Formats: sequence, structure tokens, C-alpha cells
Amino acid sequence: MTANNTAKFRVGDQVRIRVGVPPTHFRTPEYIQGKLGRVQTSWGAFPNPEGLAYGEDGLPAQPLYLIEFAQTDLWRGYKGATRDTLMIDVYENWLETT
Amino acid sequence: MPKVHDRGGWPNDDPIDPDEHEMEEWERQVDALNGVLGDKGLKNTDQLRRAIESLDLKTYESLAYYEKWTAAMEILLIEQGVMTKEEIDAKMASLPQDKK
Repeated sequence: MTANNTAKFRVGDQVRIRVGVPPTHFRTPEYIQGKLGRVQTSWGAFPNPEGLAYGEDGLPAQPLYLIEFAQTDLWRGYKGATRDTLMIDVYENWLETT
Repeated sequence: MPKVHDRGGWPNDDPIDPDEHEMEEWERQVDALNGVLGDKGLKNTDQLRRAIESLDLKTYESLAYYEKWTAAMEILLIEQGVMTKEEIDAKMASLPQDKK
């Protein structure tokens, strides 16, 4: 982990997950793409798995965040409690301001 | 339709089997081999994931967890020129049936 001084978002910020399905490796599942979430934790920056997956160095490191979603926003006809949330790590290159 | 590994994108009502099972010896060996390849700089976790995701749907669905790792390690070792597919196939063909 490297210094976190480049993180663009702060805890509590609302973000939208970028929509995209590159043919290459990425770790942002489609069920959260286009959805609104909130930054729960800022983890710091890590080598980007989208480069590491091909033997590259993954630099520059990408800030990584724990993002919280309302389950009712993710699943049509969600039957659980309305307060249910899902938290998932998302790299900054997948986050958009709202 | 999300890619084969993006399971959250394929909602259905099928029950999830939460049963634990003891790791079998071959599974421990695959896990150990994966660790050795990592220590030697021949692969990292993201490469393994990328290789698993490259399996076609039919193969992906037919393989167990550590079988997917095995298939992915084969892809990566061939890709890096450590072994050839012919060498692996020849070795497999030479093994007795119960070792395959």
C-alpha cells in the first residue's frame, strides 16, 4: 500500500459506478455498474489489478474504496429488509462524481 | 449477459449449498503449487483470476474450484513459455488412468 494522498473521494461521498465491460480483466461486477453508492472506507492506493492481470506493474497505484449500496437499488424486486446494504471494494477508475 | 465469473449478474432462486467439505489431497497440492508459482514470480493472483475468467462457459461450469485453478495455471505456464501444451498432453497420456 502506498500513501493515500491522491484519493479523489472521501468517506461519505456519493458516487456512481462507471458502466463498462472491457474485454480485459476488471473487478467491478456488472450488477453495481451505473448504480449509486456511498464511500464507506478509503483503503489507500494499490497496484491496479487491470494491469497486474497481464504481468504489468499495475502502476500508477489506484485508490481503492469500500462502497456501500442499498440492496433495493441493486436487485429488482428485492425481498429483504429495505435497510439491507451491500459493501464492495471498487477502484477509483470506476467511480464517477454525482 | 455478464461474463461467466460475474455470478452476481445472473440472479436466480436456486438454493446455495453452504456445506463445508474437507480439502482433498490433490486440492492441497494445487494450492501448494499455486503458492510456489507465485513465490517464483511466475504468476500473481490477478493473472490467475484473468486466466480463470478466460475459460469458456461450458468448461467453467464443469470444473470444480481447484480444477479451475489448475486450468488457469496451465494457461499461464504455457503463455510464459515455461511448458508447452504438447509436453503437458504427453505427460497426461503417460499417466496411469487413476492418476489423471
